[in-house]
Amino acid sequence: MEPVGCLTPSTLSVKDLPWIILWDKEKCTLCGRCTAVCPVRAIELGVHRKRAINVSIGLEEKPGNLFTVYHGIDQRTDPVHACVGCGMCNLVCPNNCIIPAHNEEIDKLRFHNNVGGVPRRRGGRRNVPGVILDQIKFIRISMLTDPALDAGRHEFELRTLLGRILPPEEMLRVTQENGWTPPVREIYPLIIGSMSFGALSPNMWEGLQMGVAYLNEELGMPVRMCTGEGGCPPRLLRSRFLKYVILQIASGYFGWDEIIHALPEMKEDPCAIEIKYGQGAKPGDGGLLMWYKVNKLIAAIRGVPPGVSLPSPPTHQTKYSIEESVAKMIQSMYMGWGFRVPVYPKISGTSTALAVLNNLTRNPYAGALAIDGEDGGTGAAYNVSMNHMGHPIASNLRDAYLNLVKLGKQNEIPLFAAGGVGKSGNLAANAAALIMLGASGVQTGKYMMQAAAGCLGSESDRCNICNIGICPKGITSQDPRVDRRLDPEKVAERVVEVFLTFDTELKKIVAPLGRSTSLPIGMSDAIGIAEHHAAERLSIRYVV
Amino acid sequence: MCRLFAITSSDPLSPMVALRAIDVMKEGHDGSGTGMFMTDLGGDFEKLKTEPILSGTFTNEGVKSLDRFMTECDFLVKHELSIRPNKQPPPGTPKRDYYLIRAYEYPPAWRDLNATEIQFRLMMMRLQLRRMGEEDGSMMIFSFWPDVIMIKEVGDPMAIADYLGLDRKELQARAMLVQGRQNTNYAINIYACHPFFIQGLATMTNGENTAFVPIREFLMSRGFPGYIGYQSDSETFTHILHYTVNHLALGLPMYKHVITPLMDGELAMHPDGQWLRRLKQTCRPLIIDGPNCVMGCLPDKTLFMVQDSKKLRPGVAGGHPGMYAFSSEMCGLDATIPARDKSRDFQPMKYDTVTVGPERREVEIWNQWDALHHPH
Ligand code: SF4
Ligand code: SF4
Ligand code: SF4
Repeated sequence: MEPVGCLTPSTLSVKDLPWIILWDKEKCTLCGRCTAVCPVRAIELGVHRKRAINVSIGLEEKPGNLFTVYHGIDQRTDPVHACVGCGMCNLVCPNNCIIPAHNEEIDKLRFHNNVGGVPRRRGGRRNVPGVILDQIKFIRISMLTDPALDAGRHEFELRTLLGRILPPEEMLRVTQENGWTPPVREIYPLIIGSMSFGALSPNMWEGLQMGVAYLNEELGMPVRMCTGEGGCPPRLLRSRFLKYVILQIASGYFGWDEIIHALPEMKEDPCAIEIKYGQGAKPGDGGLLMWYKVNKLIAAIRGVPPGVSLPSPPTHQTKYSIEESVAKMIQSMYMGWGFRVPVYPKISGTSTALAVLNNLTRNPYAGALAIDGEDGGTGAAYNVSMNHMGHPIASNLRDAYLNLVKLGKQNEIPLFAAGGVGKSGNLAANAAALIMLGASGVQTGKYMMQAAAGCLGSESDRCNICNIGICPKGITSQDPRVDRRLDPEKVAERVVEVFLTFDTELKKIVAPLGRSTSLPIGMSDAIGIAEHHAAERLSIRYVV
Repeated sequence: MCRLFAITSSDPLSPMVALRAIDVMKEGHDGSGTGMFMTDLGGDFEKLKTEPILSGTFTNEGVKSLDRFMTECDFLVKHELSIRPNKQPPPGTPKRDYYLIRAYEYPPAWRDLNATEIQFRLMMMRLQLRRMGEEDGSMMIFSFWPDVIMIKEVGDPMAIADYLGLDRKELQARAMLVQGRQNTNYAINIYACHPFFIQGLATMTNGENTAFVPIREFLMSRGFPGYIGYQSDSETFTHILHYTVNHLALGLPMYKHVITPLMDGELAMHPDGQWLRRLKQTCRPLIIDGPNCVMGCLPDKTLFMVQDSKKLRPGVAGGHPGMYAFSSEMCGLDATIPARDKSRDFQPMKYDTVTVGPERREVEIWNQWDALHHPH
């Protein structure tokens, strides 16, 4: 440490940091792997002088000092280099002699990680573990009054619809008159949520795409993936795999130059167009891609110069009102593909969601509404937005569904729910709960990063440095030296495994409820919760 | 599991024929309720084909309110069969003052109304009476429709028949639906007894409707005042049929396609797959998952039976020209029509809809894979 006279307000000790590195001198061979791998250079090789006092017995020899030097691993304590707890050092250490441990008291770093007056930015999710969805139980089990279905042997059709569905009378009329029926896609109810090319590394994106293609073409599961705001690689735009992709347009319109130019050469229509108006992780804030992630490839796809930060505006700048935002934009997107592709908006969970929804019910083109709750993840956002902004998805979704029921339009505008689905690892249970609350399907991004690529991020603020381009797992990095750690083939394999597991688990949930030929959308009598107010708020059963 | 029996015959039959068939299947129901729908009437009501008949139970007060209400509506009683049991009711059956079956003469003001309007008004009057009854418990109304009689009561079918004297010769019909109830998850409420009725249509079901809540929400949000009740999850089957036939003007085969549509892969191979896919999408909230066997009767007196998409419930159709019956179990059919060609008995499977038309000539089988007659 520096002399006491140099103490600054932000001088921290290891004890002040959220993560404390435990290092075992005895086992360490000083191979240097840990210091090389650390994404934030939180540890470094230290040279230490050690003094031993040598006092011989008797009076003949005077006591003396013995000075030795030893080498070891030091933890840095300045805010910029604070350990993020990713554990990569432990992963690479051949002798298992280094590991980060969570400080048992609240760190002091949080008061100082705004160097230069810039508030903390990070990736990940709201740093609160768990979601209320974890507490929802599936309480209706057919046994004796009626035979339960067999998840292993009966035929199941776990499909959902994306697109505006005409009410029956209208469908009959339009068919008779040979009129226009809005396009509707029959898809798998678990969608890989929007994660942009740019936020994700090329390897990660490729892995997800390969996994999705395999699920569709080899296993017959119509899984779809949303691009996020960042365009789509030109070859994919011109390939038959485009039909598995939901293209997102957001307020920065990044990548849309490339998409529009590719239109005449597209072999297939995309699955749908998602217009992003908001994101659960950072409501009221636009996308954010920091300059160090904008390399040549990303810049080319997004149609921007390399090496500049790319903040999208919080709203679509050309639109003034909800009528315009929704109606005009939806319609122009429909026009782009000759009214063959469903277009739907995605908003962040908000207390004003019903106003948006009511507007959509009057717009005959709106193909769905996706709502992203407060627990949604992101590649980069201000910590304050992530931790404190947004609306929980469960009640937002439930209100929206019941509002549609009141209008009799519950089958006309499918609702898609996102934000924290699978946050505690309970992907199928969370998804089923949302479906029974009224969702037609769910979107998940973070779970895919964790399960398919080994993302280290957690809600105890582990890692979460997706924003700086050096993701230690190569998932959200844009540095080829790091990216190569992630093998796209292996990601694809894991994507397939995740979906197969999800499929089996979802069947295990819906079969005993007696549902197999259609998703249990809005089957709220099948769920309960042991929290009275939550039960009341969600209009489900209170069970203890 | 409840037991169902439906019969159609060229000659009028006593309801005892159907009730005995239910009794034969007694092992399968607990006698917690009995419900009966009779149409194409014989006996006393033979000649009153067009006058609406009110069926229900009443307290003494209830009859008075009924009279007041009907007089206000300018309806005159034309014929009446009132049952006032004087013995002790069988164990479990509540004591009621009146079981009333009353045919009314339409008011002169209705003379120029078209059929749709008359049918709507009859339904609204039934609902209004039902509401009045629900307020003070003075009446329960099962149907108010020409050529239809319904009786429902808590208790074992044979005991009820004996108690109410249902073997009387005034009470006869050519088409009947009867259910012996197995009480499961709901308290015994007479409105929860099958068959259910709306505007000339009646169905009864066994098994639980697992998708009850979303189906009920969908029906109730159609803006049609008749879609209420739902003391039993099975009432939705009647209303889905009504919605399919009356609102969408689609025939009975489409009912099967609405409640148990083909799987996506199957639709790709169906000659009318494209249209059926649209139907499936637009009627998605009406998809049932079973386990259910639905038997019902259309206003033209056609009887039908359909199964859920996994065929998790039994059901058999058989008979001879002039008399056919559908039964949950073979023994019910054997007991009622023993002299039939059993090799022609048919047990509908997951794709089948069976019907017997008003001419009662044969059991017609219609398969979901068949091309549609009038594809839209
Ligand atoms: S846990 Fe991660 S951030 Fe901390 S020292 Fe190890 S590698 Fe570096
Ligand atoms: S990786 Fe392990 S053995 Fe190598 S220097 Fe780091 S702590 Fe020591
Ligand atoms: S492992 Fe990568 S993607 Fe996961 S939290 Fe860390 S930086 Fe973000």
